[in-house]
This record gives sequence, C-alpha cells and structure tokens, in this order.
Amino acid sequence: MSKTNASGRSKAPGGERIADWADGRLGIYKGAKKNLRKVFPDHWSFLLGEIALYSFIIIILTGVYLTMFFKPSMAEVHYHGSYVPMQGVIMSEAYASTLDISFDVRGGLLMRQIHHWAALIFLVAMFVHMMRVFFTGAFRKPRELNWLFGFLLLVLGMFTGFTGYSLPDDLLSGTGVRFMEGAILAVPLVGTYLAMFLYGGEFPGTDIIPRFFTFHVLLLPGIMLGLVVAHLILVFYHKHTQYPGAGRTNNNVVGFPLMPVYMAKAGGFFFLVFGLIAIISATFTINAVWVLGPYRPDLVSTNAQPDWYMGFSEGLIRVMPGWEWVIPTGHTLNFGVLVPLMIFPLVLASIAVYPFFEAWVTKDKREHHLLDRPRNAPTRTAFGAAWISWYFVMLVGGGNDLWAIHFDLSINAITWFVRIGFFVVPVLVFIVTRRICLGLQRRDREKVLHGRETGIIKRLPHGEFVEVHEPLSPEQLHYLTQHDQPKPAELPPAVDENGVERKVGRLEKLRVKISQGYFGPSGQIPKATAEEYKAIQSGHGHH
Amino acid sequence: MSSEHGSEKNVSDDDKSLPETQDTAAGGELEKHPFADPGLPHHEPRIQDIDERAAKRSERVVALFFTISMLATVAFIVSFVVFPIDKIFYLWPLGHISALNFSLGLSLGVALFAIGVGAVHWSRTLMDGTELVQERHPIDSTPDEKAAALATFAKGAEDSGLGRRKLIRNTMFGALALVPLSGVVLLRDLGPLPEDKLRHTMWRRGLKLINMNTNEPLRPEDITVGSLSFAKPEGLEEGSHDFHREIAKAALMLVRLEPGDIKDKQELDWSHEGIVAYSKICTHVGCPVSLYEQQTHHVLCPCHQSTFDLSDGARVIFGPAGHPLPQLAITVNDEGELVARGDFAEPVGPSFWERG
Repeated sequence: MSKTNASGRSKAPGGERIADWADGRLGIYKGAKKNLRKVFPDHWSFLLGEIALYSFIIIILTGVYLTMFFKPSMAEVHYHGSYVPMQGVIMSEAYASTLDISFDVRGGLLMRQIHHWAALIFLVAMFVHMMRVFFTGAFRKPRELNWLFGFLLLVLGMFTGFTGYSLPDDLLSGTGVRFMEGAILAVPLVGTYLAMFLYGGEFPGTDIIPRFFTFHVLLLPGIMLGLVVAHLILVFYHKHTQYPGAGRTNNNVVGFPLMPVYMAKAGGFFFLVFGLIAIISATFTINAVWVLGPYRPDLVSTNAQPDWYMGFSEGLIRVMPGWEWVIPTGHTLNFGVLVPLMIFPLVLASIAVYPFFEAWVTKDKREHHLLDRPRNAPTRTAFGAAWISWYFVMLVGGGNDLWAIHFDLSINAITWFVRIGFFVVPVLVFIVTRRICLGLQRRDREKVLHGRETGIIKRLPHGEFVEVHEPLSPEQLHYLTQHDQPKPAELPPAVDENGVERKVGRLEKLRVKISQGYFGPSGQIPKATAEEYKAIQSGHGHH
Repeated sequence: MSSEHGSEKNVSDDDKSLPETQDTAAGGELEKHPFADPGLPHHEPRIQDIDERAAKRSERVVALFFTISMLATVAFIVSFVVFPIDKIFYLWPLGHISALNFSLGLSLGVALFAIGVGAVHWSRTLMDGTELVQERHPIDSTPDEKAAALATFAKGAEDSGLGRRKLIRNTMFGALALVPLSGVVLLRDLGPLPEDKLRHTMWRRGLKLINMNTNEPLRPEDITVGSLSFAKPEGLEEGSHDFHREIAKAALMLVRLEPGDIKDKQELDWSHEGIVAYSKICTHVGCPVSLYEQQTHHVLCPCHQSTFDLSDGARVIFGPAGHPLPQLAITVNDEGELVARGDFAEPVGPSFWERG
C-alpha cells in the first residue's frame, strides 16, 4: 500500500516509518527478525502457565482500580453507606470503604469479585502448572532456575493473597490476622518482639492494615512482577519444551510461529480467561464481606476458613497436638503452633528442591528439552503424587469442620485421620503410583511387541480363538520407545587396579542406593528392544 | 517460506546429547531400526486450505464473534447507565442478585470471551496450519567464549587491584557490611517493646462485669444453667480508641454450673454460686472461644476446634491448644452485681516465649 508522490519516488508506509524511527533507537528489526517467527510447541498442558500469567495481569488491572477507592485505615467510623443492615455500626475505614466499593461504586463489586476470583485462579493455575512441569520433568537442566522462579512466585502469591484478603478487615479476615499474631508469638526468643513490631504494639493496634496494604500492593507484587518477567525471558531464551513424538527431537522445536498463530492463540486465550473470570464474578459471589460485619477481637464466626491455598497450613495448625512446655529457664515453647509453623515451609521446600535432588541422583549433565511421559519416570511421578496427597490430607485437616458438617462425621475422628494420614497417606500413594507407572510401562512394552488389541476375536481352522492384534504405526512405535532408560549407578569395585582398597563416601553409597531404586529392576520395566520386536515380527503365529 | 515447512525438512537424528541407551537411527531405515523416528507426519490440509467457501465461512464466524463482542461492550455501557446500583432481582438458580453486578459482569465477560473465541478460531482455521521446525542450540558457551570471558574478568580484576590492595578490600567489605545496619536500626520504632503488656488486662478488684448484649452490669440471676454469657469490664466502651486492644484480652465468658459438678478446687474457689468466668480468648492462637455444649460444659473454639472442659478448670480435652483458659475470680458487690476479685492470675490468649 505504498503511496507514490509526484516525483515517482515511493515513500514508505506509515507503519514502516514508525518502525524505522524505533529501529534507529532500539534496533527492533534485529529482534523482530529473530523472534517474530519463533516456534512454540502446542499442547493443552502448556496453557496452564498461560492461565497463571493472564490471571496475574487481571489481578493487577483490577487491583489498581480497587486502590482508587479502598482506604487502608483502621480509624473507627460509623457506617452511613447504602447497605442498610450495617447502618450506624462502628467499623474501621478499611471495612467501610470495602462496603462502599461493593454497594456505592458502580461496578466496584464486580471489580472486587474479579480481583478475588482471579487471585484464586492464579494460585490454582500456578499450582497445576508446577505439577505439569514436575510430572513431565521439564524442570531438568537447563530449566532449574526457572523452576525456582516459578516456585518463588507460588510462595509470594500465597502471601500476597493472604495480605490481600486480610485488608477488608471484616470478621473473617480479622480472624486470620489474629491467627497470624498467635503464630508469631509462638516463635521462640523473638516472637513477642516480632509481634509487637509487626502490629505496632498489642493486637490489633491500628497499623496492621496499612502495613499489609503496602506489602500487598507494592512490595510483594513488585517482586512478583520482576520474577514473572524473568520467568518469561527464560522461557523464551531456553525455547519451550515439547512432548516426544515423530519428528520431535531433543534438538529441535516443532510447533507454530509466534506471528501470527501464537499472537492470535495466546492473545485470544487471555481474553478467554478474562471473559470467563468476569462471567464467574457476575454469577458467583466470593468473599461476601458484608455478611458477618466488621472485625472485633471478641467475636468470631463458625466455618472460618482461609482461601484454599492457605488451607494446608490451616490443616497443620488444626491437627497438631497441643504440646506446650515450659523449659527450665522459665520460658514457654509452644510446639502446638511452632511445629506447624516449621512444617509449613518444609512442605513447600520439599517439592522445590526435588529437581536438585534428582540431578544429584542421576548425575545427568545433559540438556533436556523433550518432556518425559510421567509413567517413564515412576519414582519421580510417585514422589509428586505423594506430595500432592500430603498436601490434600492437610487441606482436609484445614476444613475438618466442613467435612464434619457435610458428611456428618465426628470432627475428632477427622482430626485423628489427618494426624495419622499425614504420615501414612503419602507413603501409600507413593507405592501405588509407582506400581501403576510400572504397569503402564509393561502395557507399553506389550503394545510395542504385540500391537494394539483390536477386540476382534478370530477363530482359527483348528478351532482355537485368538484376538487380532493390530501392529502399531512407525509413529506409535517411536513414541512408545523413544524414552531414555538410564542405568542405575553402581559402586566402584571395592579395590582399585593396584589392589588398594577404594574409599567410597557414605553419601555416594546412599546415592547409589537411591539410583538403584530409581533405575534398577524394581524402578523401571525394560522397554522393548528392536531385536525383540524383529524376533516376534519374523516369527510365525505368535498368537 | 517453504524452507520452514517441517514436512520438507530432514530432521536430523544423529543426536549426540541423547542417551546411549536410546536406539534411534537415521530416518528412512525403518526396516533396520523399527523404532526409528519416522519424521514429522505429512501435513493434512484443512477444509479451509482447499475450499475457499469454507474459508469464507470461517471468516464470517470470526467476524461474528468480534461483532458479538462489540455488542456486549455496548450492553456493558447501557447496563452501567440503566441499572440503579441497589436493584436486586431474582434469577433462578442464582437467587436474589444485584442487577448491576450481574449485567456488567455478564456483558464484560461476553465482550472479552468473544474476542478470545474469534482470535482462536481465526488462528485454527485460517492461519497457516503447517507445523514448523526450528533447531535448538546448546545453552552453555563454547570453550572459546568461556576463555575470553574469564580473560576479560581477570583483566578487570587485575586493573582494580582488589587482590593486591588488601587495605582497600578489607575496609570496603567493612563499610558495606556495616551500612545496612542503619536500615535495621530504623526498624526499631515499628512498635513498642513487649515489656509486660501481654501479662495484664483491664480487670482489677471490684470492676463490674458488664453484659456484652445489654451493656448492663451482670447479676448472678442473669446467668442461667445451660446458657453462655459474654462480659466486658466496666468502663470499656465500644468505639473508644482502646476498645479493640482491651477487649482482645479482657473478653469473658460465663456459665453457671451446679457447684457439685465443679471438679477443680481452685475453680470452685474462684466461682460464685456455681458461676464461673473464663477468658474468652483461646490459648491456641487467640480466636474467641464461643461454642458451648450445655450437657458436658465443654466449650469449643470454632477456628481450630480446641475444646475445653469448663467443669474442670477449662482443661484442654481436644485440639491444638496447649494450656487451659485462664479463669477470672469473681464475687458480688454490695449491690449484688458480679465483680472481679482481681486481674487474671496468668496471661490470657496465645502463649509466648516469656510466658513461663
């Protein structure tokens, strides 16, 4: 569409002229040449991280809007807004302004609901995305750092969520803030000082909401935004992982180009996520802060629950026996709160360090861009499943009152179930998952060697019935056999070539043992070899 | 751009980074290596690639969704203007809902969602559906790059003289280590020191117990068997600046027991005609204990289900609390009103390091 002027010289179109201007200052053509057709592989599970990213953007957009109206102050006021049941009630400005957003600002309630729903979905999406990365082994070299960035985002997301839902200063959120004070008080030596400093004096004081506000809108999201950018830069730089399949190797990436396919798909997906969250927010009320009234330290409601992502820590705190000792120095050690407080980061850290643990066991220094099928890494898959079950057992503990009510069970029985399940359920899940994975490996092996069961029964001339097996296509054969089956590590011979006794460290012995568990005969089923396959194919009447 | 087409690209399989155990071989030798990578499957064209009428149909579908989005945005603006903010209506199965919130959310949701559907449909039906292949390159630097980087670093370190001039190095580390201390010191005024703040409440000898509900002094006859009453100290008014801080420690709950049912001797001594007053603040993490089981005289904290037996010194009988609820010794004054005989004998609420 270039325009031609009178002298016949063609003038570049407007868009190109702007791009030229930018190129002279930013060098954009170099980057565009390299990246506009950058290929991204396609799979539904790759959308999970996108959901997390988009809900994060939605949270920022709606959060900025909410700050226009929210007053982070604990000054006491008499409510005179349009919500009749609260007329004249004494409450903090924070709570009053939250009611105003909900009842006097047009669209304010919708923005609050979108903000809260998006926060819940953000955490779910991060959690499930992390599980996808875990079960497919996408955390392996060179992506360990990005795994940690993602993990930090999850943890920071939890605390941003907690400080956020504490801000309205309603009866429910204040109970959470009170819980936090009790938890801090349980820290030995410095707990009392920490609590006084955080709350600006005795609970509740008038500082905690303004301070949480600063954490919630500035400190934590600022760090998270930086981490999100770093996370995305690394995704771009490493190029995305892909699932194995015909034509997909560790050295290539097969998929669709950023422009136009992924711009349309990913951009469109942002609108799908945003639209869906808006529709949910229009139809399902979340955090109806007007129901219970303002926070008062002497009042509480039943069924007090944190948002779901804090539920597992709530479970820890509920099921821990109330062990409290006064030690000989005359000081109190409140293990009933302190132990959950220590297990909380431990639960999270146990999944965060797994990539480094596995790298230590395998001593694998190669880059991995092809994803594992979960069944082909049975021990890792079993560990991940056990971790999830651990998490959910604690989540059950966090909602023990709701389980008791809805299933008509004894709350004491549920608490005891969680106390025992905390130790037993992950072990059981580990064993069962590993067996399922091995079973699936056996099935893959069968399928490769004998083909797919068609369900067609054939009668042979001599009267025997057989099922017809259909041979697999070359694509399927490749898919089911492409995976790496590492050999377990072995201890070096007890004496070296000079007959001198070789010293093997305890740690190395442990590593070898774990490696045997991972890759020994009990850890994986040998995949079908080409020789076995050919032997069967050339043989007659293998059925 | 046909060079980008995967189907035409010979995907190399002699991959040095793949494990030795893996038996892939050069493509095209499926006879010799039955599990070898057969390469990208042939691209199957879509109906839109062959039939221009189908492509036109897709184009119209995409345009339809973008149009729906435009209409929904108009609906959003109309809703904003038309619906009063306090209009509530009944919609099955959602119940009574705000007309404004519902219409704004729905129209915004449709406006956004339709853009998404249009864009995704466009990309799936009309944009080139051929998969492309790009090569990856190792992340780590070549030995030459590494050597050059190390040499550059060594040159910079040499120029700085950091290794030779120990005096500069040591004083610099000292200065850098000390300077953050200013920031730590500044945190001191975040709050006061604990001192004995957690050890005392408002209660003192002769202070009346005020009924939380009626704001009147409690009398023994107000408290009947089987009911749970809440009280605050005389002089503490809701809305006063220290109300939250004081009620967080001084909140009381009272029940009447048969004196014969009281198992704990001190509890009996500190009671009045079977009326016992306990701190309402749970000793676990400070929620107000407020669920009372009349028959057993158990109270349960709704937050974490710590259960206390009020007939036995508020002993913990279940849950995570570490010690009993503190009891307040009570009696009656000359007017027959319940009064405290002093402050709690021990700190109320969650335990802390210095509690002892």
